[in-house]
Amino acid sequence: MQNLGIEVLFEGSNMERLLGGLLVTIEISFISIVIGTILGVFMGLLRTLDSKLLKFILRLYLEVFRIIPILVWLYVVYFGFTPLLDINISGEVTSILVFSLWGAAEIGDIVRGALESMPKHQIESSKALGLSNGQIYRYILIPQALRRMLPGSINLATRMIKTTSLVVLIGVIEVVKIGQQIIELGVIKAPTASFWVYGFIFILYFLVCYPLSRLSKRYERKWQN
Amino acid sequence: MTDSKEILLEVQQLQKSFGDRIVLNGIDLQVGKGEVIVILGPSGCGKSTFLRCLNGLESVQGGVIQYRGQNLAEGNVDWPEVRQHIGMVFQNYDLFPHMTVIDNILLGPLQVQKRDKNEALQQAEQLLDRVGLLDRKDAYPRQLSGGQKQRIAIVRALCMNPDIILFDEVTASLDPEMVREVLDVILGLANQGMTMIIVTHEMGFAKSVGDRIVFIDQGKICEIATAQQFFTAPATERAQHFLDIFQY
Repeated sequence: MQNLGIEVLFEGSNMERLLGGLLVTIEISFISIVIGTILGVFMGLLRTLDSKLLKFILRLYLEVFRIIPILVWLYVVYFGFTPLLDINISGEVTSILVFSLWGAAEIGDIVRGALESMPKHQIESSKALGLSNGQIYRYILIPQALRRMLPGSINLATRMIKTTSLVVLIGVIEVVKIGQQIIELGVIKAPTASFWVYGFIFILYFLVCYPLSRLSKRYERKWQN
Repeated sequence: MTDSKEILLEVQQLQKSFGDRIVLNGIDLQVGKGEVIVILGPSGCGKSTFLRCLNGLESVQGGVIQYRGQNLAEGNVDWPEVRQHIGMVFQNYDLFPHMTVIDNILLGPLQVQKRDKNEALQQAEQLLDRVGLLDRKDAYPRQLSGGQKQRIAIVRALCMNPDIILFDEVTASLDPEMVREVLDVILGLANQGMTMIIVTHEMGFAKSVGDRIVFIDQGKICEIATAQQFFTAPATERAQHFLDIFQY
């Protein structure tokens, strides 16, 4: 029988290695999303304050992340800052650092948008019912702000997961890199190895991101208001 | 209806300004228990601001608001406590969009007043039934018409069992055909002896619901009269002029 090449996925510990690579991808994304969310909530709150200077600085921070490609950020931090500051951090830590700062900038913008879009008269009608300030946040503002934030935050999470494929370029061994290694070894025996390996990685990304994307669509529909 | 003579709320020489602009310049008013007071006046005369001062949505610069033995015009008022007794319904449909009708109504009774859930629910359903909206109790505000939303906002205020309800132009942003259903609810409350202060532009309604009409112009009360008196023979020229505008 002709060699299909799909065996390459199951040879030796290839499957384990690929899934292990996926774990690195998920780990970098997950930690960055958590750190980014925490920092982002603070930045978002700060951006609703009245200080013009604070607003300007945080706005600039966001734009800097939007304008400069993440790959350039990774290079600048990994190859640029580390020798300059004479510190030694791994590619993985660099990735988490860059992705967390990016996440913080974007989450900050989402939080600011959600808070600023809350109609003032809702606060007044809460007050008129005798709700205390704490109760207004708890029952009125936070539930609605969260709903407004959720679709955007989930979309950001999927974007971050996909963008982690760039960390290969600063030497982090994640799922795409492991795929390349497997292909390099297997391609002599099975010329179609790259099809199967990349196809499998395609499916892995799909399995991770699609549920998130569905989730965000569902909430968008559910909370259309 | 003022025979009982029990004064629920008394306002003396109320002063309110936004920066340099004086909005209320010495308002005096007594509100008796069970009385329905309708406040009329040209746009920008300060009538909405006056209502908002009564439940602390606006701070005041001087005067006295005597209620339950305390002066609400002073600092350190426990507003969340006071507002449970002085309810308010606004011009904007102000239901919380993320809560169902019944959750909107029960938020105050359960979270602020810490009442028993069954007892509060029973009252809420009774009130909803009275305004003909019991079948919409699990609907979200976006599924309701403007008139329905306002009737529910009234139920929400009522379910706190307030002493007084303030109505701030509650029909002003409604489609004309929905005005009636909301006004009928308020008229029903008046007949049951609810104490109310109503700001409105509906002259016919003011005439039929109001025990007394308070006419405010340029931050001052120009005239206080019974509805009958005010609409047939207003004592001041300014009130007469104001009424003439509505004659068309």
